[in-house]
Amino acid sequence: MPAVTETIETVQSVTESGYKWGFETDIEMEFAPKGLNEDIVRFISAKKNEPEWLLEWRLRAFAAWKAMEEPRWAAVKYPPIDYQDSYYYAAPKQKVAPKSLDEVDPELLKTYAKLGIPLREQEILAGVEGAGSTPAEGRMPVAVDAVFDSVSVATTFKDRLEKEGIVFCSISEAVQTHPELVRKYLGTVVPQGDNFFAALNSAVFTDGSFVYIPKGVRCPMELSTYFRINAKSTGQFERTLIVADEGSYVSYLEGCTAPMRDENQLHAAVVELVAMDDATIKYSTVQNWYPGDAEGKGGIYNFVTKRGACRGARSKISWTQVETGSAITWKYPSCILQGEDSVGEFYSVAITNNYQQADTGTKMFHIGPRTKSTIVSKGISAGHGQNTYRGLVRIGAKATGARNFTQCDSLLIGDLCGAHTVPYIENRCLSAKVEHEATTSRIAEDQLFYCRQRGLSEEEAVGLIVNGFCREVLKELPMEFAVEAQKLLQISLEGSVG
Amino acid sequence: MLRIEGLTAEIDGKQILKGIDLEVPTGEVHAIMGPNGSGKSTLSYVLSGREGYEVTGGSATFDGHDILAMEPEERAAAGLFLAFQYPVELPGVGNATFLRTALNAQRKARGESELDAMQFLKLARERMKALSMSDDMLKRGVNVGFSGGEKKRNEILQMALLKPSIAILDETDSGLDIDALKIVADGVNAMRGPDFSALVITHYQRLLDYIVPDRVHVLMQGRIVKSGGPELAKELEAQGYAAVQAAA
Repeated sequence: MPAVTETIETVQSVTESGYKWGFETDIEMEFAPKGLNEDIVRFISAKKNEPEWLLEWRLRAFAAWKAMEEPRWAAVKYPPIDYQDSYYYAAPKQKVAPKSLDEVDPELLKTYAKLGIPLREQEILAGVEGAGSTPAEGRMPVAVDAVFDSVSVATTFKDRLEKEGIVFCSISEAVQTHPELVRKYLGTVVPQGDNFFAALNSAVFTDGSFVYIPKGVRCPMELSTYFRINAKSTGQFERTLIVADEGSYVSYLEGCTAPMRDENQLHAAVVELVAMDDATIKYSTVQNWYPGDAEGKGGIYNFVTKRGACRGARSKISWTQVETGSAITWKYPSCILQGEDSVGEFYSVAITNNYQQADTGTKMFHIGPRTKSTIVSKGISAGHGQNTYRGLVRIGAKATGARNFTQCDSLLIGDLCGAHTVPYIENRCLSAKVEHEATTSRIAEDQLFYCRQRGLSEEEAVGLIVNGFCREVLKELPMEFAVEAQKLLQISLEGSVG
Repeated sequence: MLRIEGLTAEIDGKQILKGIDLEVPTGEVHAIMGPNGSGKSTLSYVLSGREGYEVTGGSATFDGHDILAMEPEERAAAGLFLAFQYPVELPGVGNATFLRTALNAQRKARGESELDAMQFLKLARERMKALSMSDDMLKRGVNVGFSGGEKKRNEILQMALLKPSIAILDETDSGLDIDALKIVADGVNAMRGPDFSALVITHYQRLLDYIVPDRVHVLMQGRIVKSGGPELAKELEAQGYAAVQAAA
């Protein structure tokens, strides 16, 4: 679980540098040959023992991708990516799929423990057997799916969840065990040809999480996926699909880290959410991919497509993201508000320090009547960081009485960074109400002095002020995640003042 | 003991303090009075280490330590507290979080153990009760949406929690009605004792009816032009600064 308070202290000892998650696990890996072509797509599909329909689905995506051009409209700069110079499949070597944690390579368990995600301890503490077991230390248990490079290595609390009829497993496993569900929903929110990176993902996705919450079930614990890129020259292309059936509720968390490397690595994920009548999905991300060094060398390119469909009446999808890592972030978690009275929310904190670039925001498509959306975006730029909020609120002709409220605040630290706000509003409905507020500010000298006069160091003062600035977003995170996120914000800004 | 000798300081190349000599022995409360633009606020910022105020000469020591060589947070940990004339708003930062972070930062710097949330709340409630403040002040953002009086009371609460050995009150009385003024004065008087000293900076004599100083100094054009007992404040009130200056 990425969300424990001690996580940061635990991993701080791991490396000396500012990025505490930058170690590499030495483990025997299996790779597909470098490069991308139809054979690689077939290789991945065969490795995963996929049914014919899925292979064809991938091949259609690959064909679409070949015909597409990489998007260049985002306010980010990077050299051309050579898509043939990367591995598209990398998996820890394992003879058979592990049935329980006992069969998982101890090196992998150690890696997750080092990251503050003790897969094993947590299960033992909370008791794998016996539903209704009390959570250890008064802490809510969190079920974790751990994805290491291209494959899921372990999923905890599966039995407990199965008793409620909840499916929580890796997507490869779901393809085998619940093919009808996967086939019914996969690609229905983000189609294969949606955009360049989504098409790439659809062709070569290797793993990710699958969640299905049956009708009327409130998921009894937080579900979490922890992504780790470990191998060199590898891209990570995970695919997550969450379906919340009528009247159900689920809160899902996502965390991610990667070793420190001089090269840039590509992470192109797709997340699809489907909420039926009266269902609620809360999706939280603490994104902490390696951001590159202080000179801007290395780091992850995080080019991600996340979209949720509020299909049912009164359904709700809420995205909360804290983006502290990655060299480049290109990400717009969106909501398609089809069901009447459905609700979409987007709460975001994005930090860019040193030479990080972020172009992030959301899209809210109001289709059904009386649909509501709220957007709260907090961008923080320090060092040479460039931070862009890009958002679209589109209100269709039938979305009578639709409401949107958008608030974009930017905070600048130092005088070499940049903040940009690019909001698009398209309204085709006279009875809709759209509000947009935006501010840009600096941390004022008098605020810093006030804090320092009370005994805080300059960095503590910046941390406190930034956390205050982000409060509206952080309070949307599940409690334990919020604590980690607060510390992460402070660490991300280390060296940004003085 | 706070000892200031020949202190000169400038802002943007303009000399404001032109040689201040002042001693505040431990256990005493001194008042500094002066007209607008005499350098009162500059003195408080120079002593607390605000950026942009350049010391060009002289010295300031507190219990023998050269405070001018210290960072603002080190001065705070050494026991120097400044009650701001215009307390600063920190949007989104809860007052309780701010107070606890500050208190713990100082405790840590002094090698003392940090207080956990429960210990802190207990202490804060105790102090607030003594200052007739409601708990609700802890839950709000630091000074955000506070009235002028609430801001000043919040400064006094911080002082009561941080327990400085020397407090500089920079025109804490400005903009206060008589009830708020009494609360502030009670807060300062409650701190008085052999280990506490204060420098009360004010434009008007009114505050000194409630905080009776041991000594009064008149600051004009960057220098202390006259010092005396509490009666000096009354004299100023009656005759005005110009008369004092003419006589000096």
